[in-house]
Amino acid sequence: MTAPFELTDDSVVVVIGTGAGGGVLANELAQKGVSVVALEAGGRYLPEDYVNDEWESFGQLAWLDKRTTSGDWRVARDFSGLPAWIVKAVGGTTTHWAGASLRFQPHEFKTKTTYGNVQGANLLDWPIDLAEMEPWYEKAEAKLGVTRTGDRAGLPGNNNFKVLEAGAKALGYKEVHTGRMAINSADYDDRLACQQTGFCFQGCKWGAKWSAAYTDIPRGEATGNLEVRERAHVLKIEHDASGKVTGVLYADKDGNQHLQKARIVCVAGNSIESPRLLLNSASAMFPDGLANSSGQVGRNYMRHMTGSVYAVFDKPVRMWRGTTMAGIVQDEARHDPSRGFVGGYELETLALGLPFMAAFLDPGGWGREFTTALDSYENMAGMWIVGEDMPQETNRITLNHDALDQYGLPAPNVHFDDHPNDVAMRAHAYRQGIAIYEAVGATRTFPTPPYPSTHNLGTNRMSENPRDGVVNRWGQTHDIANLFVSDGSQFTTGAAENPTLTIVALAIRQADHIAGQMSQGTL
Amino acid sequence: MTLKQKGISRRQLLAGSVAAGAAFVVGAGFVAAPTAAWAMEVSHLQPATMATLIQMARDIYPHDHVADEYYAAAVKGYDTAEAAPGIEAGIAALDAAARGKGHPSYLGTGWERDRVDILRGMEESVFFQTIRGGLVTGLYNQKAVWPLFGYEGESYSKGGYIDRGFNDINWI
Repeated sequence: MTAPFELTDDSVVVVIGTGAGGGVLANELAQKGVSVVALEAGGRYLPEDYVNDEWESFGQLAWLDKRTTSGDWRVARDFSGLPAWIVKAVGGTTTHWAGASLRFQPHEFKTKTTYGNVQGANLLDWPIDLAEMEPWYEKAEAKLGVTRTGDRAGLPGNNNFKVLEAGAKALGYKEVHTGRMAINSADYDDRLACQQTGFCFQGCKWGAKWSAAYTDIPRGEATGNLEVRERAHVLKIEHDASGKVTGVLYADKDGNQHLQKARIVCVAGNSIESPRLLLNSASAMFPDGLANSSGQVGRNYMRHMTGSVYAVFDKPVRMWRGTTMAGIVQDEARHDPSRGFVGGYELETLALGLPFMAAFLDPGGWGREFTTALDSYENMAGMWIVGEDMPQETNRITLNHDALDQYGLPAPNVHFDDHPNDVAMRAHAYRQGIAIYEAVGATRTFPTPPYPSTHNLGTNRMSENPRDGVVNRWGQTHDIANLFVSDGSQFTTGAAENPTLTIVALAIRQADHIAGQMSQGTL
Repeated sequence: MTLKQKGISRRQLLAGSVAAGAAFVVGAGFVAAPTAAWAMEVSHLQPATMATLIQMARDIYPHDHVADEYYAAAVKGYDTAEAAPGIEAGIAALDAAARGKGHPSYLGTGWERDRVDILRGMEESVFFQTIRGGLVTGLYNQKAVWPLFGYEGESYSKGGYIDRGFNDINWI
């Protein structure tokens, strides 16, 4: 049951975006009795709507609005209009994510302290630490039903995992298992157990993988306190003469514009759209954009150090069968500068179907070097590399005034250059990934370049000192008390782990804080 | 489609066509396999142009176990009034490049390595990149092609792989 709120109702909390951050925040606030209007740019798709066909699903779910790219990353050359592979739908990228749900390591909240000065890196300690986050991680793991946490069992390993596991153990790796996944290993929380169907990236048709689309969103709506307006694309956040935000201007599905009044605005549009919205909301009072007195809005864009290793064997693997991200090697996630870089990385199985393998194995590649790889598709195993990348001030989201979106607003430009630490870490990870597969008989290996970013982080980062970042320890902007950031753009640094669990934990924590402050009358 | 479906016999086909390279015969408004295993009508492109385009597609993404008809299907979309002038110009440039290297035409270039050498010379051109980029989906997103690579596509309708071999690897 939805709760229709008036556009003029200035008592509501407006949440922009309904993914891991916004979707969870909206529900958690609604559960506490707070009135919430969630504005979602995309449409609503549920398991019966998901399509287990890579390109057709991409057309259904991907965020394909105008974007541009620059920098030395290969994505800018191979996919110049598609810097990120994320979702435009109710539930956001929680429809697409693989489900890996790992807590940060203690040092990853304190990288400036731990890593010291890394030239060219804009490192900073988070204003919070793991001890403070642990109870919120626990709530997040229970919400998502994360395997290998609480009393939840791990998932069974598929063929792709078995290859990874055997190779990793042959190399002496110890932390090798089927992951901590927000995919049910047994029926849990009214959701089915995983049926090993594959196509985790295309939306789980069983609902075995947690997505806000069919958990937090409908549960929030059922309270009567949450109204989700889909196909409502926010264009601008408005403020009054005192500098407090008062509402948001959005375009509905027909392009008609509306102004929704608000007591509090929470921005959760992912690390590209969130800073873009703050920048596009510039006014006479805030000429550099909202919450940007530090100049850090849009800066320190992180995408994780990524890459893939695929390998061909002399016998079939059929990696596409079963869970897409079916297992992990964690031994390299530690911080050990003796390897030639700071921070660490995870190795996680990954499988692409034939159509996406053709698109992503070696973008632009052709001829027999390329096609003989695909000829052995059935005999391929694959892993994804995800490691901590260095925040750099010059890696940033800016407004491209030469490229306008469908509303006539400047599109975001995503600039990214690899830091030497990223390059060194990727080289190490490629070597180790190749060694894993060669240890179990790979006849050919492919160090595959990064895909368009799925982990977009850091562009409204959290800082103790308002000079260093955009939001404080609660995701509240330093400059504007009733303006919050609720997605991965809050991340001070990226850590080695897949970010969703931390985004969810922060959202649960933020909801608790906002509801508390509202009831105390301080917000 | 097969010739049988078109109501053309192999004898009729060969009587009304001329060889275009080793892999194709072309006639008025069609391209076909010399074996008559498949034929494709063309409305806007010259049949010889389409035959060359199919060969170019194979040379870009050569899979010896994938028959020409799938490459033909992958490029058939260029046979439109809108696309035809650009394709004719691109193929003309390809033939000119072949002649520049001493071959009679692209299709008349016998060895794949020589055709690939011609393609490398125009790799940066908009024409080449358009054809290559289109093939990534045009060829590999054909559901009929997937089984030729062992790829099984969706499994939801069969209940996933939970009881159908998600962990059946036996050599590891």
